[in-house]
Amino acid sequence: MTKMTGNQDFLEFAYQLYHTMQANEINLVYEGVVTQEITRTFTAMTEKNMAKIEESNQVQRKVFNVMVECLQNISKHADPMSDDENEEHRGIVLVSHGEHSYNVITGNVVKREKKEKLEKSLEYINSLDKEGLSALYKQQIKEGRISEKGGAGLGFIDIAKKSGNKIDYQFKDLTDDLCFFIIITTISRN
Amino acid sequence: MEVFSKKGTDDTPSVTLDKDNGVFEFSGRSLPEDVQDFYGPVLEWIEEYGKQANDHTDVIFKLEYFNTASSKMLLDVLLKFEEINDNVGNVVVKWHYHEDEEDMKEAGEEYQDIVSVPFEYVVY
Repeated sequence: MTKMTGNQDFLEFAYQLYHTMQANEINLVYEGVVTQEITRTFTAMTEKNMAKIEESNQVQRKVFNVMVECLQNISKHADPMSDDENEEHRGIVLVSHGEHSYNVITGNVVKREKKEKLEKSLEYINSLDKEGLSALYKQQIKEGRISEKGGAGLGFIDIAKKSGNKIDYQFKDLTDDLCFFIIITTISRN
Repeated sequence: MEVFSKKGTDDTPSVTLDKDNGVFEFSGRSLPEDVQDFYGPVLEWIEEYGKQANDHTDVIFKLEYFNTASSKMLLDVLLKFEEINDNVGNVVVKWHYHEDEEDMKEAGEEYQDIVSVPFEYVVY
């Protein structure tokens, strides 16, 4: 009997999910470990979808670009919820598209101690115009080094540059030490 | 010098470095999992080439896409060629971009601002 109810709940959930995705024109939802393989698969899927609707090359490239940086951010920087190895490099990924824009939304767990630094850097990036971003990019590419995690410290700058829009972000408190970090990047279609 | 040749994949570029035939070319996509792993041998080859460089070196970039970690490594590649230009001279970077890809052109211009090697732009 309990099993029946459980299944009913899941069916209801699946149905609601379907509706929510339709209503918000969400093309892709994922929660789990983000690897290079996942990055390759998701970007290829999204490219195929965009090609099908004859999206302009420039917009396709921008969406691809932003997705790669966002996914690699998760695979390099997401902190685990626990010491469980399976909890590493996990996050959520959503891609939606409407009449005027694409949205790439990613979220992952980060340690609270990183919050301030992330906020500062995103606020600074969001305060810059196109020339400012280009100058910051050039400075960082010259002075930066490839980190142990394999990043160049250029991800957010590039996301802001390529999208041409401000990066929307939010931190939700999870525990005393952890929060959930969500970023939304919008790529205009025209 | 031995030819350095790597066929491109979904996430790594095609690279041909051939001193005898004067071919130095990077094309395709670059978003490898480990950029240092991929570009390390490339940088080593260019370093060796610098010791016995040709009179002219045309470096062709015909990239469709590269991620930010690759962009840092590409700067290192360009800085190696800058060194060759300082020592031997006649290095030209031929930066190709698709006519729809303003971002790729801008990427070239940003490198040009940083590296003192002449750039030529080729639209395809």
